[in-house]
Amino acid sequence: MAAKTGTYTLISSSTLNTTTATVTFSSIPSTYTDLFLVVNPLSTNNRDVILRFNSDTGSNYSITFVSGYGSGSPAFSSGRTTNQGFMYADYYAPSNTTQSIRQINIMDYANTTTYKTALMRSSNPAAYPAGGAEALVGLWRSTAAINTVAVSLASDSFLTGSVFKLYGIEAAK
Amino acid sequence: MSITSAKTGSTSLSLALENNFMEPIASTLVGAGGVNRITFSDIPQVYKHLQIRGIMRCSVASDNIVMRFNGDSGANYTWHVLRGSGSAASGANTVSTTGAELGWTTYSGQTASAFAGIVADVVDYANTNKNTTLRSFSGGDVNGGGYVTFGSAFWNNRDAVNTIDIIMGSGNFDQYSRLSLYGFKG
Repeated sequence: MAAKTGTYTLISSSTLNTTTATVTFSSIPSTYTDLFLVVNPLSTNNRDVILRFNSDTGSNYSITFVSGYGSGSPAFSSGRTTNQGFMYADYYAPSNTTQSIRQINIMDYANTTTYKTALMRSSNPAAYPAGGAEALVGLWRSTAAINTVAVSLASDSFLTGSVFKLYGIEAAK
Repeated sequence: MSITSAKTGSTSLSLALENNFMEPIASTLVGAGGVNRITFSDIPQVYKHLQIRGIMRCSVASDNIVMRFNGDSGANYTWHVLRGSGSAASGANTVSTTGAELGWTTYSGQTASAFAGIVADVVDYANTNKNTTLRSFSGGDVNGGGYVTFGSAFWNNRDAVNTIDIIMGSGNFDQYSRLSLYGFKG
């Protein structure tokens, strides 16, 4: 088994210099196996980060999550949403001052046979009850290849300084 | 602490990702009829860590998925998981068992075309001075069901890992399941 050349290619990145409602990655090449999206969001009104694929606003998204608060009652929990018009990428929404991170794996995004699954991790270091750590799995019920990823906040806009980076991960051929 | 590149100004995670630190080694796409086991063999010993990424679906419900190293099917694995069912968080563990648990997958009787995802790291796999450690992140959502799972495991053996088997307990990986192996540079 021979080692191949490098992978993890930066497709596009954006650091906001003005308040922005939606950051859209479009014309995503289908040449990779997975996508990896990193978001450092800042939100005025503590709203959740949400995703949409290929501009689909239909009720085709769902998630299951597990989260830990570290204090309070309960100190951890699990929940889900179904038939949403977007995919939640966190349970603990970002703040306007504290840097937090979302790491989003969009698996096998270019195949046209399966629905699309995203494995997501999110952490917000703000004090309880605003902060916590969580893992989410999301489903987009479409077999279309993903060529557009839109990142928004639920009823809010990203503040200046929010960072977005999209990578492509290529498997061995 | 964030690490900043003097050359590019990139920081922390971005710095690592943009330095070509990860290489594809092999990939398997399951064909018609499915398979019970996916094997990566003759793994090069030139990396620091390994990562397995992919999507999967099982032919039967509630099957367990395990990872074994170097063909060892003895009771030499111990694992822990933290899982969310959508209604409750829970944990589990097993000691001295015959494989490292890899979490949960969707199955063919659930929402059509819904596959689970998995990202699993085999840490310091070529080091012969310590036991091999595995961590995994997996899950599948079927719009009203499913699990998300964090796992850790260890193989009670100091051999360098040159073969990895990922095995369904009693069913098969369905067609279109795909697992890919990558190497991380040290």
